[in-house]
Amino acid sequence: MTRLGTPYGSRLDRTRPVRFTFEGKAYHGFAGDCIASALAASDQWILSRSFKYHRPRGIMTMAGSEANTLVQLPSEPNVPADLTPLQDGMMVTAQNVNGSLENDRDAVIDRFGRFLPVGFYYRTFMGPRQDSWLRFWEPMIRRKAGLGIVDVKAQHLSFDKAHLHCDLLVVGAGPAGLSAAISAAQAGAGVLLCDDNPEIGGSLTYRRCDPGILLSLAAEAAKLPNLRIMTGTVCNGWYEDNWLPLIRGNQLYRTRAREVILATGAIEQPAVFRNNDLPGIMTGGAVQRLIRHYAVQPGRRAVVLAANDDGYDAVLDLVEAGVELAAIVDPRPNASARGGEFRARGIEVLAGARIEEASGTRANKHVARVRAGSRWIDCDLVVASVGSVPAWQLSCHAGAKVGYDEARARMTLGMPEGAAVRLAGVVAGKSPLQSAMADGRRAAREALERLGHGDLPDVPNECKPEPAAWEQPLVGDAKGRDFVDFDEDLQVKDLRNAVKEGYRELELVKRFSTVGMGPSQGRHSALATARIVAEATGRGVGEVGVTTARPPAGPEKLGVLAGHHEPLERRTGLHARHLALGARMKPIGAWWRPYFYGPEDRSDRLVREEIAAVRNGVGMLDVSTLGKLEIRGPDAGSFLDRMYTMAHANQPVGRVRYCLMLNEMGTVIDDGVAYRLADDLFYVTATTGAVARVQADMLFWNAQWRLKVDVLNVTAAFSGINVTGPKAREVLQALDCDIDFSRDAFPYLHGREGMLAGVPVRVMRIGFTGEVSYELHCPSSYALALWDALFKAGKPHGLRPYGLEASRMLRLEKGHILIGQDTDALTTPDELGFGWAVSKRKPFFVGKRSIEMRTRLGETRRLVGLSFEGANNIPGESCLVLRGGNPVGQITSIGFSPTLGHPIALAYVHIDDAAPGSKVTVKCRSGELVQAPVVGHAFFDPQNVRQEM
Amino acid sequence: MKLLDCPMNGPRNIDEFQSFGPLRQAPDADAAADAEWARHLFRADNRKGVVVEWWRHVPSNFFFLAQRDVVTNEIIRTYAPGSRP
Repeated sequence: MTRLGTPYGSRLDRTRPVRFTFEGKAYHGFAGDCIASALAASDQWILSRSFKYHRPRGIMTMAGSEANTLVQLPSEPNVPADLTPLQDGMMVTAQNVNGSLENDRDAVIDRFGRFLPVGFYYRTFMGPRQDSWLRFWEPMIRRKAGLGIVDVKAQHLSFDKAHLHCDLLVVGAGPAGLSAAISAAQAGAGVLLCDDNPEIGGSLTYRRCDPGILLSLAAEAAKLPNLRIMTGTVCNGWYEDNWLPLIRGNQLYRTRAREVILATGAIEQPAVFRNNDLPGIMTGGAVQRLIRHYAVQPGRRAVVLAANDDGYDAVLDLVEAGVELAAIVDPRPNASARGGEFRARGIEVLAGARIEEASGTRANKHVARVRAGSRWIDCDLVVASVGSVPAWQLSCHAGAKVGYDEARARMTLGMPEGAAVRLAGVVAGKSPLQSAMADGRRAAREALERLGHGDLPDVPNECKPEPAAWEQPLVGDAKGRDFVDFDEDLQVKDLRNAVKEGYRELELVKRFSTVGMGPSQGRHSALATARIVAEATGRGVGEVGVTTARPPAGPEKLGVLAGHHEPLERRTGLHARHLALGARMKPIGAWWRPYFYGPEDRSDRLVREEIAAVRNGVGMLDVSTLGKLEIRGPDAGSFLDRMYTMAHANQPVGRVRYCLMLNEMGTVIDDGVAYRLADDLFYVTATTGAVARVQADMLFWNAQWRLKVDVLNVTAAFSGINVTGPKAREVLQALDCDIDFSRDAFPYLHGREGMLAGVPVRVMRIGFTGEVSYELHCPSSYALALWDALFKAGKPHGLRPYGLEASRMLRLEKGHILIGQDTDALTTPDELGFGWAVSKRKPFFVGKRSIEMRTRLGETRRLVGLSFEGANNIPGESCLVLRGGNPVGQITSIGFSPTLGHPIALAYVHIDDAAPGSKVTVKCRSGELVQAPVVGHAFFDPQNVRQEM
Repeated sequence: MKLLDCPMNGPRNIDEFQSFGPLRQAPDADAAADAEWARHLFRADNRKGVVVEWWRHVPSNFFFLAQRDVVTNEIIRTYAPGSRP
């Protein structure tokens, strides 16, 4: 078929031919074509096979909202052929085809349709076994009734996100939207106008109208620098406070608009008659788009079902495009006044008739004739113009209610009072053209008023009420194949039967029949469905309504929603040194930490050596990941008294105290140390993963207490290095420093500030390893200098950096707990044996009331040390502790202690077994039971002599 | 996305905020019976209508109060603790 000449083909660039293939066969089109128009221009009308019956399907609306035109690209399924621009070298294939598109082997299903009644899946695929659905039926149905195929090896595409802000967002650049945007921009508002078509104008670009209207609107819009126009952009939802996603290609624009006008237009409805799905049967809008946008002659001999003026406009367009008019079928009893005009041109007008049936060429590949009453009329094109519904989706997201005007047989949309969104034009029932444009200006005036513009344009009310629509009968053909939902292959009788089955509510009819669940989401079936259900249940159409519309309004690619690939990761200031020393780095939460220093295959030996270095010489650990807080203000002491279980208000300056934090329930949620730097300043550490929450909790409590105190998270600002081991003091004393590190001048649980090797440091004597320990904290910019100085000074003493593996064993040998590892959501201080850490004198601290109550209720378990000396089977973490065969606790930490020469563990045991010397039974992973004696908290140096030396 | 008007930072997207639940009066810890205390810890009123809630602006760690209608999700007003609502 040849293309029509200019000015037809507004989207085409005829100087740029484009080659592509469809189902392996070569075709060509022009730049500006969509896939469907280029195929139609080559007389290829079948684009797909239908979901259930595998019937041939083709162009129906040219609006990109139905399953009929979905095709497959090599790396992208479900591409709408009637929207997607043609590209050179495109390889297009049909979807849901068994064999070839032209000769689909599954088309035979169409003949057995009566064995596939509505709700067929639910009734049929139940047995014979309980798992038959998953094992057999579902895979089979997926093969037969699939959409496209996802290419799991497809290349990664680049998607991006941006934010937009505007005074007014207008969705839809048709006559109403354009008028609204221009009117508001002229008044000075910052306006964003978006439209999913490649050009502005909406129906003005393809309907029969004065081309001067669009030209003058476009010229006016071009003059306004404060009017931004985004074409090819889909507004895919409305969210609270006017937050709307705009999608253009692979870019998502999250848009915040102070005001929104929705001018989304209308959705033309298909006519319902037997075989209404044959290729060659389409809406008036579809033929007008084919002719004007793409210069495609949609057929040679047409029958037009004209139930309104738009239908007669389509007739004129067809005649001008050289299509022979076989007949106009006007179902209205007196036809339109325009009928006479066409009779005078020699075109037959069948008034008061309707198309009742179509029949196709062999295998239903194209429409060949239609029947109106008893007359069969030959044709290769059937154009149905039977009315439209407002494009309600976005409006409903924003709170609009769908109604039905019985007198005029039209679906209506009502925005509730005070809504943040205005409707304009056809979507609000304002047509024809002049009314729609006037309504756009009226909506703009309302938006401007809400934006607080003083100088409001005068807008005369030029809107006329819409004429009544033709209510097409939905009686249902005795032989069926009168499709209401083309995506799901549902006929009139299917919906009637769903109601007969007892599903009277629309939402239930939808679930049972799947009506409206396909890609078009009820755009072509909702009105007909509502009318069928209303009639079958004796209710009004408005009462039945439509099913709830929620965002997104249309399909969107997961790439648009997905976040960036880069994971969040944090490195300490000493990361480079660890790498240079050959450390095995592993992520703990967001932080990268050294596990041990040296090659992986020697890990056991290396960890043993690192532990031995700390026990016998000196080691050094990067503790920069520790959470660090500064608590500052005149009430800092009494604030900590309330937050933690120990006493801090009376803590002298220069002293370090353990901190234990409970929640209101009395559960241990964090621990650390508090070093009082001044009367009004504490330096407090918190668990690495919890510091953000601890800071938030502190500020939350203080929002209620309103003490004079501030909480600053200085985790990243300070780095920490723990120098520990019997020779730690010698290392520090070898460095130039104004702090006296001698045992008497700087005892255990004291803190000092000073300069060490030119680095300002805060030093705390604390004992996670059980050896003499100095924890040195410095501003992070000095971390490398401090590390290097320590490394150099430590060399003669055999100082060895150690990693997290060694650190975990060193603390386990001392029985020190790790919050979250050795505690759970119920752990109380009593269960940890931490009675010493809970002040009995303080009148209040968070969790006090609850632990008192829980102590009264009685303790049931306790965390103790278990020794597995000589055991021939060793349990793992989380293995159960049994008592009389019942689980009473579990192992929380376990490992082989090189210092002691056997495995040791922390575990919750029954309170009656908690005394040292008791024996408990642990169930190993193998199922074997093993006996282990309870040891006091510390396995190594239980008198804590070494750390205080 | 909903907007929430932080008394410190102005209107921000709601995903910058964390809800800390309704403002509640804790019973007197010394006078309250265990059952009353347990009720305070574990039972929420979940009342219909206008409630006053704690909110946190996460990036700035600022805590404030908001009056919100839990039926319509309308935020009636927001204010800093200690200021007059």
